[in-house]
Amino acid sequence: MAQDRPTASELLAAIADFLREEATPALDKAEPRLGFQMRVAVNSLAILEREARLGPDADAAEQARLAKLLGRDGTLDELNRELARQLRTGQRDERDATLMTHLDATIADKIAIANPKWR
Amino acid sequence: MTVHTSDEAENVASVLARAASRHFGGTATIEKLGRESGGASRQTWSFDAIVGDTRHELILRRDPPTLGAPRSKAESDRSVSIDRATEFRVLGAAFQAGVRAPEVLFELAPGDGLGEAYVMRRIGGTAIARKLLRDAPYEGARKKIAGQLGEILARIHAVPPGGLPPLVHREAADHIAGQRRALDLLDRPQPVFELALAWLDRRKPAPTAKPVLVHGDYRTGNYLADETGVTAILDWEGAHLGDPIEDLGWLCVKSWRFGAVDKPAGGFGSREELWQAYERAGGIKIDPARAHWWEVFGTVRWGIICHNQAWRHLSGAIKSMELASIGRRAVETEVDLLQLLKA
Repeated sequence: MAQDRPTASELLAAIADFLREEATPALDKAEPRLGFQMRVAVNSLAILEREARLGPDADAAEQARLAKLLGRDGTLDELNRELARQLRTGQRDERDATLMTHLDATIADKIAIANPKWR
Repeated sequence: MTVHTSDEAENVASVLARAASRHFGGTATIEKLGRESGGASRQTWSFDAIVGDTRHELILRRDPPTLGAPRSKAESDRSVSIDRATEFRVLGAAFQAGVRAPEVLFELAPGDGLGEAYVMRRIGGTAIARKLLRDAPYEGARKKIAGQLGEILARIHAVPPGGLPPLVHREAADHIAGQRRALDLLDRPQPVFELALAWLDRRKPAPTAKPVLVHGDYRTGNYLADETGVTAILDWEGAHLGDPIEDLGWLCVKSWRFGAVDKPAGGFGSREELWQAYERAGGIKIDPARAHWWEVFGTVRWGIICHNQAWRHLSGAIKSMELASIGRRAVETEVDLLQLLKA
């Protein structure tokens, strides 16, 4: 059964906003070391918020691309394990255009969750 | 990480008073003792030792004895660090050879009970990249740092091998094998790192004809600088023998630009500026393809270090939200690798 709103993403965003805007300034005054740790925590919550919102579609797209690239079915982990094996043994490399399109798309989705400002 | 019990601080102060008295040949009084930074296993303490009319501003580097016990297999597999006694001798040899590095003074004896530890002179400046890259007092220094890093690195690579303690000799092939072993210890497959390592394997440079002292962690964040520029190179625990270009490539990894992405030399200048200063100071002529190879390798290395840092938390060795969160930074290097491999 689906949970009521707020969704995971909405609730995580509300927690992150509260910690960033209210708790962190108070901690910075009282205990700067904990203020720094709180910033790390807020940043991680922001990652989880984006993951809750974007992760499921990104994983599904990655799995579909991998299944097509490798010509077989499997879990995301099994397919990535097979791809990693082929890359280490040199069966595929960066001259494979389909491979590179797949990796570009996968990493673009990953960074959009982990750190969208990275350039 | 300034938290310590006062009992611990009192014990450290009394040991330092005894050891400083021994070294300076007169009764030493310890003042202004405080923990600087670092984790539980590698501590840095700052203090003054007053001997007669002289105030010595000093730093204690220390691995506490409780953590000196044999490390778990997983952790020792991941560790490529030298011990404190070796670091003391490497720093001594570098200082002797005129490298801008802290002057090491004395080691603590096993009977002192502080674990592996030594004392060196304190040097002014900050290591905080964000300040050096953005704050007003460092505006003049910002123009100089890339060149200074090139000059100092040439000096490090010219340290006479005869004066060094025994160090591991690591060439490109050893580094690739080491990173693949590290990947095998992670529980998730890593296609982008596998792709990059295979790319590196096919293009790896021939072993160096004359291996030199490689600093091993030469980057922004690991040196002190003030308004005049670089004052001291720190964090020598990655020292080994190998290819001099390794240090130049590592310094240019995008993560060490701290946002100043258009300035590859640690966030302060161009690669060419760094290389010219290095060559002018006596370093070997830089082959840009070889430098690119080491920059790609450095990017892989930092990405896998991110996973290893997270693993220290995930394995239960150290409970740390901060270490756990570093795991999610590995993808930054995957972005960079896909760009670098197309270049």
